[in-house]
Amino acid sequence: MSAPVKSGSGGFETKILSNAQIAKDLFYTALITFPILVPIVAIRTQLDQGVLTWHSRFWLASCLALAVVIARGLMHFLVWNPRAAASLDVSASAKPTSAKRLSLSDRIGPYVSRGLLIFGLLLPIVAHLGHAIGIELPSFGELRLVDLATYILIYVMLGWGLNVVVGLAGLLDLGYVAFYAVGAYSYALLSTVYFPRWFGTGVVPFAFYITMPIAGLLAACWGVILGFPVLRLRGDYLAIVTLAFGEIIRLVLINWFSFTQGPQGINVPKLTFFGLKFKDEPGGFADFVSTHFFPLAYNRVQGYIFLYYVILAMALATYFITKKLRRLPIGRAWEALREDEIACRSLGINTTNTKLTAFAIGAMFGGFSGSFFAARQGFVSPESFVYIESALILAIVVLGGLGSQIGIVFSAVAIMGSFEIFREMDFMKAVLPTGTEPIQFRMLFVGLAMVLMMRFRPRGFVTKREPTVYLKEKKAISGDLVAEGHG
Amino acid sequence: MMRIWENNPELEVIHLTMRFGGLTAIGDLSFNIARKQITALIGPNGAGKTTVFNCITGFYKPTEGMLKLTHEDGKTFLLERMDDFMVNRVAHVARTFQNIRLFAGMTVVENLMVAQHNALMNASGFTIGALFGSKGYKRADAEAIENSKYWLDKVGLMNRADDPAGDLSYGAQRRLEIARAMCTKPRLLCLDEPAAGLNPRESDELNKLLLSIRDDHGVAIILIEHDMSVVMGISDHIVVLDYGRKIADGTPDEIKSDPAVIRAYLGVEDEDAPVEILKEAAAMHRAELREAGNTKTKPTKPVLTAKKPIAKKAVRK
Amino acid sequence: MEYFLQQLINGLTLGSIYGLIAIGYTMVYGIIGMINFAHGDVFMVGSMTTFIVLLMLGVTGGSGPFIIVLALALVIAISMAVAATFNWAIERVAYRPLRGSFRLAPLISAIGMSIVLQEFVRIAQEGRAKPIQPIIIGKKILMTKVVGNQDFNVTLSYMQMIIILSTLVLMTVFTFIIQRTSLGRAQRACEQDTKMASLLGINVDRTISITFILGAVLAAFAGFMFFMYYNVTDFFVGFNAGIKAFTAAVLGGIGSIPGAMLGGLLIGFIEVMWSAYFSIEYKDVAAFTILVLVLIFMPQGLLGKPEVEKI
Repeated sequence: MSAPVKSGSGGFETKILSNAQIAKDLFYTALITFPILVPIVAIRTQLDQGVLTWHSRFWLASCLALAVVIARGLMHFLVWNPRAAASLDVSASAKPTSAKRLSLSDRIGPYVSRGLLIFGLLLPIVAHLGHAIGIELPSFGELRLVDLATYILIYVMLGWGLNVVVGLAGLLDLGYVAFYAVGAYSYALLSTVYFPRWFGTGVVPFAFYITMPIAGLLAACWGVILGFPVLRLRGDYLAIVTLAFGEIIRLVLINWFSFTQGPQGINVPKLTFFGLKFKDEPGGFADFVSTHFFPLAYNRVQGYIFLYYVILAMALATYFITKKLRRLPIGRAWEALREDEIACRSLGINTTNTKLTAFAIGAMFGGFSGSFFAARQGFVSPESFVYIESALILAIVVLGGLGSQIGIVFSAVAIMGSFEIFREMDFMKAVLPTGTEPIQFRMLFVGLAMVLMMRFRPRGFVTKREPTVYLKEKKAISGDLVAEGHG
Repeated sequence: MMRIWENNPELEVIHLTMRFGGLTAIGDLSFNIARKQITALIGPNGAGKTTVFNCITGFYKPTEGMLKLTHEDGKTFLLERMDDFMVNRVAHVARTFQNIRLFAGMTVVENLMVAQHNALMNASGFTIGALFGSKGYKRADAEAIENSKYWLDKVGLMNRADDPAGDLSYGAQRRLEIARAMCTKPRLLCLDEPAAGLNPRESDELNKLLLSIRDDHGVAIILIEHDMSVVMGISDHIVVLDYGRKIADGTPDEIKSDPAVIRAYLGVEDEDAPVEILKEAAAMHRAELREAGNTKTKPTKPVLTAKKPIAKKAVRK
Repeated sequence: MEYFLQQLINGLTLGSIYGLIAIGYTMVYGIIGMINFAHGDVFMVGSMTTFIVLLMLGVTGGSGPFIIVLALALVIAISMAVAATFNWAIERVAYRPLRGSFRLAPLISAIGMSIVLQEFVRIAQEGRAKPIQPIIIGKKILMTKVVGNQDFNVTLSYMQMIIILSTLVLMTVFTFIIQRTSLGRAQRACEQDTKMASLLGINVDRTISITFILGAVLAAFAGFMFFMYYNVTDFFVGFNAGIKAFTAAVLGGIGSIPGAMLGGLLIGFIEVMWSAYFSIEYKDVAAFTILVLVLIFMPQGLLGKPEVEKI
């Protein structure tokens, strides 16, 4: 563990191949692609009113196979070819200047986070002003933009929460969505069933503000409950057990009908402005402002903007708390745990407690975002908490760079934003076979991104680790030295 | 010479036995470690030295026997009943590892800060106090940094403080590991082959460091070492193991002339084997290490232990 | 008693399927020390291919026995070839370049690959479940018990018979391959020490590739039987079956092939018995709970070797 682990480099093995060898390689590529594409892509089966039919799509399969062969051919000529690689490979020729470039990135580093913060704070205002003077992104209305930003921020916050567990403590958690579910259902059940029962229906408009902390605490408790049995596990086993926990919680949510109303879900009160509903009615937010302060016409966007600022505040709190925790003994112990668990124990660190706090704090952030998610949707059902969500959050953390908070913002924007782009790609419909929407490709894209990222840039977008304390000079630590934990 | 470890020792190892399945790694081992003295634990490879360490530091639970640690103030601890981290936290026993276990991706000073986890954790008021910027924590943090600086200075790593530990040379990593162990403020320091892979100059520096830890800090040291120049140069007391059993126990001078030790090491039956052989072997060992230089490869088989098959025959005869 | 006997037969059938998938997990884990997360999805590809080819061939339960046998042989061959190609390509694309990378890398890559496979099939073949009419019909009544004015029959369908028998045959062949051939020897050598094996002239890359292919062949056969038994498949069947088979592999002791089979049978029995005697809704919860309990309390499994933490 102590010896620095060489990261799987993105460099290619370059070998000089004769044209005949390349041709042979391409022929084999085609041969391999054939069985992968032929039954599954080339034969399209359909179920129409209980009748199964099929039609062949060999043209599609052939096009795809051709695309694969051409792509590989291009790789041969452009990347794997030593001569071309030498001219392409900037890093090899630019070694002396890389230090300079690095210092530049170090210099702008702090501004990136500040810039992001200002951008985040101003986003709705800019969108609103743009809307007011008539500038609008095509098909990206003000509402959509703010709503999308809210949606992305939920994932940023989830990513930051999971980052505590995976990125800092090095424990691979594939069931993170369970805590998201606990948060959402805590809010849903408390605000619709238990609070009205205990305190009367008067509290319902304020339910979010009271239940959100409770939801976070409940999720943290679940983090400890689920964390306790897996303390001794590592690596792949830990991943699969947490996955199983996530599934167990979802299955219980589906099947425990009397408690959770099962698959049909629960309608929950939407987020209010400290009790004022965003509705066009007397006693609504716009009405209240008009009577007490200044005239304000009701507009749907007010609710969206408020939601945005709530999640922004929650996400920022997550960010700053995590950032602060990293500099405290507990955060250092998490990172030390990721680096070497045995050394930690030899230094008197209670690794059990350290792991459990990581699970608990990660879960707590998940619980907070879960309760926000429920308050935003106005509806929760087990469908929102499937395994693929966990994988998606993990993908965000991994692509961002394990342990890097800023990287997670970028990867969340990239992944969630690309989903939106898939949705908008109407022109793709012309190319795609009938009945296929571009949006269907989004998870395929995420899966491919995970595989490719591991191959070419396994440390994610941001590979540097920032030290938590320094005596003279803060030097970023290369990702190659940072251990990834044992899962 | 007076056998100082017999009265009021820091640690008493009493009838320690450790079995893995059918294999007895340590059999009925008893010895004492004196206060504020350096004790060397030597023996051929596979003699069970590291297993003894793992028992003392709580990583292994011995099959039988007792490990009784007594602080100067009279507090006693039965180490075999404690969790590994409690051995460090409460009984103040720190250790290093044969294959260095630094936090490679953290900076040198971070490594030392992690070592002061428990003190800082107490000051941080379950983290919540520190999260809101309590004064007590700030003071503790500043003290911890001062303490880190002291040890960095002591092991000569001040100018590397902000570099990742994984970037250090092998010798520097060994010294950092000792500094890190010392940052936990131990009463007993267990060093597993601290001189392995060091060049002669580094080896001498190590000797000085260990003597200073003993004399200036009053810490008892137990070390496993193959480098005889270190062992003979600085230890006050030597315990020799072979096949998990103690074959000798005494001052360096006693050990040098102990026939059983010479048999175990050199596989000769000659009772009058001159001390020179032992010294020569040590010199050869060092020469080999010098060849290995500062590279990260550890000499896999020191010369001293190469004769083990012969030793086996000789002892069994 | 009769009811129990019937469940025993059902459990044996289900367990055979899990066992065959579990072997793929256990072999890959043995040789490269990682969970092939996409293995369950390779099983899914096997069952999906079975479905597609059967639909193309247009075989139904009414076709003559000779035609059915011929068609099924063809279906099996194609599914195995397709699944093997998939698994080979997965190893080549997603795992091999990451050997020597940090430990989480292949695992994350595998999770990504599993998503890719599911989405690939979902997009190509739409998301809905695909049912067909059973092709192998008929059963043998083993025992009859009169309960009130109704008869309760303990039956063994022909399909169950085929599943149990072919699993037995496959297992025998497989054990032979592992224990008696040079391929099996190379494989066991790589399990022990990959570096040493390559120093001794074993082509490690090829051995690993073949391991993936063998695993996929068994998974494809399991997929075929799964489809023939339940007569329905979709793009997501690999997820649950994969986790359960992995549980089986761990329960039996990861790395041990007889263990995988034993674990598969046990998981099959437990799932069937749980559904029969407790609640069918919670059968997956039961399986996942077993996974958690096994990993926590006996991670070395029934036939595996315990791992000692080296300090």
